[in-house]
Amino acid sequence: MADVHRGSGSRIIRWIDHRLPFMAMMQHELYDYPTPRNLSYWWNFGSLAGIMLVIMIVTGVFLAMQYTPSASLAFDSVERIMRDVNYGWLNRYAHANGASMFFAILYIHMFRGLYYGSYKAPRELLWMLGVLILVLAIATAFMGYVLPWGQMSYWAATVITSLFSAIPLIGQGIVTFLWGGFTVGDPTLHRFYALHYLLPFIILAVVLLHLIALHRFGSNNPLGIDMKGPQDSIPFHPYYTIKDLFGLCVFLLIYAFFVFYAPNFLGSPDNYIPANPMQTPNHIVPEWYLLPYYAILRSITFSILGIPAKLLGVIFAFGSLFVLLIVPWLDTSSVRSSQFRPIYKWLFWVLVIDVLALGWVGANPPQGIVVTVGQIATLYFYVHFLILLPVLGKIERPRPLPSSIAAAVLGDAAGVAAPAAPMGRS
Amino acid sequence: MWPTRLAKLVAVAAGALGLLLIQQQSQAQETPPLPQQQWSFDGIFGTYDKAAMQRGFQVYKQICSACHAVKHLYFRDLAALGYTEDQVKAIAATDQCTDGPNDQGQMYQRPCRPSDPIPGPFPNDKAAAVANGGVAPPDQSLIVKARDGGPDYVYALLNGFTPAPKGFQVVSGKYYNEYFPAHNISMPPPLSDGAVAFADGTKATVPQMAHDVVTFLAWASEPNLDARHRIGVRVFLFLIVGVGIFYAAKRKIWAAVH
Ligand code: HEC
Ligand code: HEM
Repeated sequence: MADVHRGSGSRIIRWIDHRLPFMAMMQHELYDYPTPRNLSYWWNFGSLAGIMLVIMIVTGVFLAMQYTPSASLAFDSVERIMRDVNYGWLNRYAHANGASMFFAILYIHMFRGLYYGSYKAPRELLWMLGVLILVLAIATAFMGYVLPWGQMSYWAATVITSLFSAIPLIGQGIVTFLWGGFTVGDPTLHRFYALHYLLPFIILAVVLLHLIALHRFGSNNPLGIDMKGPQDSIPFHPYYTIKDLFGLCVFLLIYAFFVFYAPNFLGSPDNYIPANPMQTPNHIVPEWYLLPYYAILRSITFSILGIPAKLLGVIFAFGSLFVLLIVPWLDTSSVRSSQFRPIYKWLFWVLVIDVLALGWVGANPPQGIVVTVGQIATLYFYVHFLILLPVLGKIERPRPLPSSIAAAVLGDAAGVAAPAAPMGRS
Repeated sequence: MWPTRLAKLVAVAAGALGLLLIQQQSQAQETPPLPQQQWSFDGIFGTYDKAAMQRGFQVYKQICSACHAVKHLYFRDLAALGYTEDQVKAIAATDQCTDGPNDQGQMYQRPCRPSDPIPGPFPNDKAAAVANGGVAPPDQSLIVKARDGGPDYVYALLNGFTPAPKGFQVVSGKYYNEYFPAHNISMPPPLSDGAVAFADGTKATVPQMAHDVVTFLAWASEPNLDARHRIGVRVFLFLIVGVGIFYAAKRKIWAAVH
C-alpha cells in the first residue's frame, strides 16, 4: 500500500496516510483507477449526476436557512427568498432547475446502461443501487415540489398521497398517517420538509455504495467486453478527469441557460398561485420527469379480476420501477453492448420513443386519443421488459465480438501497444 | 458508425418535437392564440423599460389598486423604477399604513414609509370578494408569472373586452372577455382611452396603458430579471471560455492514446 503514493505529498500527509490511508485510497480510486480506454461521452453522465447531487445539497442547505415550512408562511417565505435574500433568486432557480437537470442526467445515464448492457453480470448490484437512487430521487423531488406550497404543490401532494387509499383495508389509514391529519395541511408540509432534507443524504450514502460496486469491476464500455489487460485501460487521471471536466462545462452551459434565461420554463405557472384547498386547478400535472409514471397510473381505466382500476394503476406505475430493478435477470442475452445485438438495438430506440410517448400522455388531459396512446405505450413498456427482453436473448444472433478493447480501438498493432502512462508522472 | 447514430438521434428529436406540436395544438382550442407582443425585457439582453414601468405604476396606482393588491412589494422596491429616494418617500407618504400598538395599546394609521409593504385595497379576501360580485381580485405581484403566456396573456386580457358573439350568454354581473378561460370574467373592463394623464405626455390609449401596466406587473413578479440577464451573460462567457480550454486540453492529453 505504502508505495501507492510514491513520494507524493508532504511528510505530514505521509504521516497521516500511514495511519489513515485516505490519500492512498483517493490515489487508488481517482488517480490510478484503470478505466477502459474507449469510453464515449455517454460515460460522462455518472460524474455529472454526482456533481449535480452536490449542487442540490449545497443550494438546498442555503434555501433551508430562509425557508419556513408552515402552511401559512411557506409561499411567502419562498417569495422573500426570491426578492429580499441576496442572490436568493439565483439559489432558488439553481435548486428548482437543478432538480430537472438531475433527472435528465439520471435518465440519460440509465438509458446508457440499457443500451450497453451495463446491468449484466457482474454489475447487477451496481445497477440495482442505481435504480434505488432513482426511487429515492423521485421521493425527494416530489416532497421538494410540495415545499413552495403553491397550487400545484398542494394538489400534486393531494393526488399522489391519495393513491395509497387504493390499498385494500388499510389504505385510508395509511393516507391519514401520511398526511398527519384528514387533509393535506400543515403537518404534511412539516414532515415533507423534514424528509426532503433527510433523503438527499441517504441518496449520498447509496451513491457511495454505487461507487464501491463500480470500482469492484470497473466501468463497462461501448463494446461491452471486459478489460483483459493493461493495454485495454488507461488511468482515470488525467484522461477521464479532463474529459469529465470538459463535459461538465458543456453541461453547465445548458443548466445556466435554464437558470438565467428560462428559469420557469420547466415549472408550472400555477405554482405561483398560493395553495388553495377550495379550488382545484384545471389540469393537475406533475413535473416533467414524473410524467411517464403518471401516464401509466392513469392509463389503467378498467379493473381486472375484481382489482379496482385505481389500485392497478398504482401497481403498474410502481411496477415500472420494479421492472427496471430486475432487468439483469430479464435480459437473457450474454452480449452486453447493443452494437453487437442487431435486433435489440432497434428495440432500444422503440423503448425510448415509448417512454417519450408516455411523457406526452402524462402531460395531457386524459381524453380521446391520449388515453389510447397511453394504454398502448403502457402495454408496450411491459411487453418490452417482460417478453421481448427474455425471448430476444434466446433467438437473436449477436454479431461477433472483438477479441479485446485494444484490438477494436487501435487495430492490429494493439496486441503489442504499450499501456499509456499517466501524464506528467513517471 | 457516426452517421447512423446521428440519424437515430435526429429521429428521436423529431418525434419529441412532433409530440410537442400536437400538444400545443390541443391546448389552443378554447381561447384564441395570444398575439405575441414585443417586450423590452425579452431575450437574453432584455431589461425593464423604466419609463414604461413608471407609467405602468401610475396606471396601477390610479386604476388597478382600487381592487388588486401587490402584497409582495414594498415601497422601497419602487426605486427600481428609476425613482429617487425622495420620490419613493413622497409616493409612500400618499398612502396610510397601520402601525402599533402604541403606548396606549392602540393600533393607529400613519403615512407609509419606504420600508412598509404597499397596502392593499381590502382588509381580507372575503371583503375583496363581496365587493366584486363574489370573486376576489387576485394579488397582482405574481400575476404575470402565474399565468400561461405571462405578459402576453395579461396584455391580451386587458385588451380583450370585446362584445360577446351572438348567442353567447354572459352571466349576469360578469363581463365578456375573449382571452379569459370560459370568457365570463368578474372584472369590469378596467381601462378606457384617456383614463389616466401620463406625466411624460404619452397618449393614454388602452393598448398603451395595457402595455405599460404589464411592464410594471412583469417587474413586480420578477424584480431580479435585469440582474439575472446581466449575470447570465457573464456566466455564459466564462463557461464558453471554459469549454474551449478544457476541450483543447482534452485533445492534447488524449493525443497520445488515440
Ligand atoms: C373593479 C375592480 C377591478 C379593477 C379596477 C381591476 N380589476 Fe382586475 N380583476 C378584478 C376581479 C374581480 C378579477 C377576478 C376575475 C375572475 O376571476 O373572474 C380580476 C382579475 C384580474 C386578472 C386575472 C385574470 C385571470 O386570468 O385570472 C388580471 C391579470 C387583472 N385582473 C388585471 C387588472 C389590471 C392590470 C387592472 C388595472 C388596469 C385591473 N385588473 C383592474 C377586478 C378588478
Ligand atoms: C436530490 C436532491 C434534491 C432534489 C431532487 C430536490 C428537489 C427539490 C424541488 C423539485 C423543489 C421545489 C422547487 C420549486 O419549485 O420551488 C425543492 C425545494 C426545496 N428544497 Fe430541495 N431537492 C434536493 C435536495 C435538497 C436538500 C439537500 C435540501 C436541504 C438541505 C433541500 C431544501 C429545499 C428547500 C428548503 C426547498 C423549498 C424552497 C423552494 O421551493 O425553492 N433540497 N427541492
